[in-house]
Amino acid sequence: MAKKKAVKKSDAKATEEKMVTVFIMGKGYKVPAEATIMGAIEYAGYLLKRGAGCREGFCGACATVYRMPGDYKIYTGLACTTRVEEGMWLAQLPASPAHKAIYDIKKIKPEVATIQELYPEVFRCVACNSCSKACPQDLEVMDYIQEAKRGNIAAVMDLSFDCVMCGLCAIRCPAEIVQYNVGLLCKRLYGRYLAPESKELTKRIKEVKSKKFDKEFKELMTAKKSDLEKQYYDRDLES
Amino acid sequence: MYPDYMTESLKKVVASRNKRFELAKSGKPVYPPMDADEREDVLNKFHPDFKKESRKKIRIGPNKGELLTTEVTEMLESHSRIKPELFDLSNPDYETDILIIGGGGAGCAAAIVAMQHGAKSIISTKLRMGDANSMMSQGGMQAAVKPQDSPTRHYLDAMGGGHFDNKPALVRALTEDGPNVVKWLEELGMIWDKDEEGSLQAMHGGGTSRKRMLSSRDYTGAIIMRTLMDEVRNNPDKITTLEFTPTVELIMDARGRAAGGILYNIETEEYFTVKAKATINATGGYGRLHIRGFDTTNHYGATGDGLVMSYRAGAKLMYMDSVQYHPTGSVFPEQIAGFLITEAIRGAGGQPLNKFGELFVFPREPRDVESAAIIRECVEADNGIATPSGRLGVWLDSPLIDMLQGDGYINRHFPAMHRQFIRYGIDIKEEPMLIYPSLHYQNGGVEINDKCESNIPGLYVAGEASGGVHGRNRLMGNSVLDYNVFGRRAGTYATEYAKKVKLGKLNIEHVNAYEEELKKARIKTDLIAPVLLPSYTPESVRKRQLTAHYEGTLR
Ligand SMILES: Cc1cc2nc3c(=O)[nH]c(=O)nc-3n(C[C@H](O)[C@H](O)[C@H](O)COP(=O)(O)OP(=O)(O)OC[C@H]3O[C@@H](n4cnc5c(N)ncnc54)[C@H](O)[C@@H]3O)c2cc1C
Ligand code: FES
Repeated sequence: MAKKKAVKKSDAKATEEKMVTVFIMGKGYKVPAEATIMGAIEYAGYLLKRGAGCREGFCGACATVYRMPGDYKIYTGLACTTRVEEGMWLAQLPASPAHKAIYDIKKIKPEVATIQELYPEVFRCVACNSCSKACPQDLEVMDYIQEAKRGNIAAVMDLSFDCVMCGLCAIRCPAEIVQYNVGLLCKRLYGRYLAPESKELTKRIKEVKSKKFDKEFKELMTAKKSDLEKQYYDRDLES
Repeated sequence: MYPDYMTESLKKVVASRNKRFELAKSGKPVYPPMDADEREDVLNKFHPDFKKESRKKIRIGPNKGELLTTEVTEMLESHSRIKPELFDLSNPDYETDILIIGGGGAGCAAAIVAMQHGAKSIISTKLRMGDANSMMSQGGMQAAVKPQDSPTRHYLDAMGGGHFDNKPALVRALTEDGPNVVKWLEELGMIWDKDEEGSLQAMHGGGTSRKRMLSSRDYTGAIIMRTLMDEVRNNPDKITTLEFTPTVELIMDARGRAAGGILYNIETEEYFTVKAKATINATGGYGRLHIRGFDTTNHYGATGDGLVMSYRAGAKLMYMDSVQYHPTGSVFPEQIAGFLITEAIRGAGGQPLNKFGELFVFPREPRDVESAAIIRECVEADNGIATPSGRLGVWLDSPLIDMLQGDGYINRHFPAMHRQFIRYGIDIKEEPMLIYPSLHYQNGGVEINDKCESNIPGLYVAGEASGGVHGRNRLMGNSVLDYNVFGRRAGTYATEYAKKVKLGKLNIEHVNAYEEELKKARIKTDLIAPVLLPSYTPESVRKRQLTAHYEGTLR
């Protein structure tokens, strides 16, 4: 059931394609220069069980750390969206040991005391910025941790919005904070408590409850297909 | 960065932009929408489903004699991973009220609601919880919340999009529960895009006659999924999650009711038995079967497992002859080939253009029609643009969006899309994207009623694994709604049932019976399903994988 055509195609191309050498957990493999890290690992012959989820940059399953030849720096990236480069030395970190607070969303408040209680280590932040540097989404992670210290839930929500929870920030943090779980907590607090109420939604829910649409539904559900078709093609479109 | 040879065509896109902008601003349709006959014509001639070799008659099981998607028929006419006689079911490894198969959106919603109704559950999931299509939806969720809209209007749009093949009771459930789902999620902590007054932002999607696409920037699925997962994790004493442990077969009781499953730890390769009063199949879709060789937008574990498990146990499938190709998968650069470009881009005013920078279809036709029109433009009219690796595509003009909606709109509403392309030196605020249809969604599935019941007592199905809600074509935004509406319903009704049922002796006899059927029908196959994971090992490596005998089940 493999991706038969596509696999063959990339195979055929390999002969003409430009290749680079990458070191997957220390062992060198020649892989297509245009491959992502994930593509390169599979090209080398690994069947991934860990380290691959959505394969499109949303789930954070594929955190990867790497170094480049002649460069002392540690780089981070998502294997599914980062391209390989000649000489790259890489290892995946498919899971990061992290503590998640258990709480009842109905019983907590959108304020700094909640952060103090659930994630007290936030207040150990030394503002070294390692987390922001590690973030493959280029988020200002340290800034949202600072906002968390101030109890500015809305700012944490906004700054951590695009987080994919890959864990790379937490692994680099000298204060042992689990940044992404703090971000998630603040997002849920914001959604439940701080987002302004939608009056039209409240009204619509009442209408549904009072069976306002019952009669119309029954008519539509028992209409002849030709009548329904006519209604459909005649309906007006909101611009 | 686009290669030099595309410059000529890119210039034409720029050249026609102002005129297209003026027309779009005027509020008139930018291209005439198709009528029923035109839709049918383009579908028949160009939609991949309508090619003769796309469908194959299934020879065994509840849908015997029907034409199903070829790859689905092949997957269903397969052997089990297990030998039933090796399992002792008198002493199951786990016992619970509800076994939920699949830790995506439908599965998590079901677990939460079941818990609220007093049932304990086990979630068996293939990879990590949330490694699922639900994590990836960008565009949004439909719900009729606006005064000018109504659930019945939503109903009509969904029926028309599905070519009136949808099961009416399911569409009613979908559209009538919609507003409540918005509220339920918000109370769990979901963030909806709103203005300062709290008014929900609503956009168009393909096939909508009212603006009802609600969103959370372009991370809608990620925010919903993480909210649901977090809620599941906050209740470890009521919901047990078994990750990297997919279910591979259902367990039945003496009276033919579903009663749990056989689980497989993909890392240690051990099997475990779960006895459950009710079972919910929420395994999602099948994009990783790469039907017709198409690239896919789906997550790594989308291999249609729920279909084959349920089918072996006697569940009837519906509309498994119909595949959804998303009109706008990316084709360039190669690294992101197949990735989804959210339909919200067209909802906000993005336009598909041929190599001359001309519109050739109304940008918001239902998905199957839009996809077929794009294929027609490339294949018949030869007006596509070829990528260096030989893929064909058309432009999706995104810079138009900031012109229409105001500067900064792309940055605020499409951060994920922008990030996806800027990594490769393409700024979608300045340049269009190159797109072609990509394998996206399983329109059909296990047939259910509005309580998520299948024809097997005790087997509930919700989300993409189910069939009937969308007919033969789902509209954008209706499947995020689907997994919430029916995930919640499955949780409710499975709990109700679990409180009453008294299970008889457990068995997996149906696996043997199915094997018999294969033999009787003289079907020779070496396929084993559920597929669990696709393989992307290249031929050059496979050639060398010459181990003749395996200890255990490794590979
Ligand atoms: C890229 C993308 C974008 C999308 N955008 C939108 C959008 O904007 N709006 C919209 O309405 N819809 C969208 N969709 C569709 C929508 O997201 C999905 O249809 C929906 O999320 C399906 O939910 P689900 O819970 O049924 O399945 P999933 O979320 O896929 O969950 C299924 C789960 O089951 C697990 N599983 C599979 N097999 C087994 C097994 N054998 N045992 C145990 N577990 C198993 C999987 O690993 C997965 O975790 C999009 C889909 C994709 C792929
Ligand atoms: S696999 Fe999901 S982010 Fe890379």
